[in-house]
Amino acid sequence: MSTASARTPKLGVQAATKVYRTASGDLLALDRCSVDIQPNEIVSIVGPSGCGKTTLLWSMSGLHRLTGGAILLDGKEITGPRPEIGIVFQEANLLPWRNLDANINFPFEIKGEKPDRAWIAHLLHRVGLDGFGGKFPRELSGGMQQRAAIVRALALKPSVLLMDEPFGALDSFTREEMNRLVEEIWLDTKTTIVFITHSIEEAIFLSDRVVVLTTRPGRVAKIYDVPFPRPRSLEIMATKEVFDLTNRIKMDIVGERRPQAQEQPEHKSAEIVRIRP
Amino acid sequence: MSGDDAIPEFSKAKSGDGREVSLTNLSAFAGGPGIKSGAEVAAILAVAVVIIGGIELALRLFHVPQYIMPPPSSIVYALFDEFPLIAPHLGYTLVELVSGFAIGAVVGLVMAAVITQFPFAEKIVAPYILILVTTPMLALVPLLILRFGFGYTPRVIAVALAAGPMVMINAATGFRRVDSAKIALARSYGASTLQIFWKIRAPMALPMILVGLMIGAIFGLLTAVGAEMVGGGFGLGNRLTSYSSMIQMPQFFAVVLILSTLGILIYVLFFLIGKKWASWET
Repeated sequence: MSTASARTPKLGVQAATKVYRTASGDLLALDRCSVDIQPNEIVSIVGPSGCGKTTLLWSMSGLHRLTGGAILLDGKEITGPRPEIGIVFQEANLLPWRNLDANINFPFEIKGEKPDRAWIAHLLHRVGLDGFGGKFPRELSGGMQQRAAIVRALALKPSVLLMDEPFGALDSFTREEMNRLVEEIWLDTKTTIVFITHSIEEAIFLSDRVVVLTTRPGRVAKIYDVPFPRPRSLEIMATKEVFDLTNRIKMDIVGERRPQAQEQPEHKSAEIVRIRP
Repeated sequence: MSGDDAIPEFSKAKSGDGREVSLTNLSAFAGGPGIKSGAEVAAILAVAVVIIGGIELALRLFHVPQYIMPPPSSIVYALFDEFPLIAPHLGYTLVELVSGFAIGAVVGLVMAAVITQFPFAEKIVAPYILILVTTPMLALVPLLILRFGFGYTPRVIAVALAAGPMVMINAATGFRRVDSAKIALARSYGASTLQIFWKIRAPMALPMILVGLMIGAIFGLLTAVGAEMVGGGFGLGNRLTSYSSMIQMPQFFAVVLILSTLGILIYVLFFLIGKKWASWET
């Protein structure tokens, strides 16, 4: 068992396939995605919008059932929500009728457990939210809300943290600050993190590996190693290696888009020049 | 929970984030009483004094007969003078209102909570609810009196019938405000359907429930007074018909004053409850 577990990935995504049955027909969102996420690893998933990133993350969290394939947590198939998995949602997703303390206690309430006060206090201190427990979400900035959401996700001490474009709605300075916070927390806890993002810079800053998905249906196009040492300083992030890697990933995503534009038959005339943002 | 084939689209889930309610439905609360500065209070009082004083002066100056419009001072005098006689009737009306409203509100809330869980059942029930909401329940009072006599029963039933559907449609609107991200959050911790109802759906619905309760209570008051005017020997509605038939206009208007005070109290009550429990919305 011990030898086996040393080789067992934390999260094993095996040919994960998801078809949504919608009113306008079946929609293949994920097509045989496979990736092994090792313990204590940070893996980012990037790709054009609508590539099934969120679908993949929902499947990892057990909120979704896959149409085909399997996702294994510590070698056991995920069939429903698991306490070992914490999720940080888009736009914080705090409950607006609860103050911060009550929001962070929410997981414990659902589980019928006593909140681990010392751990929560430690986390709140870690993210710089001491003394904000009585505040309501609307009284806090977007960055602070997302910090609270991170505390809520870590409160049950999950071994895997799934983050679904958590900082997409934040301004770029707050976003960088939050990225540093995630890195710090990771250096602290070594929680396995799966991070979904639009931002290649964010992905490279945070990750050990970056998974690039193709447009619908989502397939794993490439997986890049990000070998830079941690903590990743501004100097490291400004090196040519980082710049090159960013561009390679960008080319993957843009190159993926280009043949699509040519497929559109309605503009055959050479006179028409389309400028796409 | 069959969220299995719903495409998770958080960033577009704006329709469910609750903010649309504050603008359209809770605007009544938003513009309600609030703490005002001394100057504002003085200005409001001054305008009131000018208007009421002006009416008083005009009525006396032009010798408007009492049976057309009594001056404000005589209305206030009648209110205090006649209050011991009016008080028991106020009590009757309040008993009808409170008991009828309680029955209607509980039935309406339970029905809204159950119906919204089953979209198909909702479609079947919707037209009947619409009929209940749009039909003035006062129309049924003569029938109810025939069946139940002149006592409390027909009036309590009428109040419940008037308040219940109002509570129900508003509460149902609240319960229908599904925020898939918040439900996903609860489900990710393994929440049961019941936990999702009490910890996500119910609090999300609360602002709309309060709006429904307020409208229901006001409709209940209207119906109670109307039913008292139709038949039976007691209640504020009965006072209105009897004072007007005796052309005791100051007393008549004193009762009107009591009724509008009741309406304002209902409004303020739900305003305060909303401020305490649903202020996260605004």
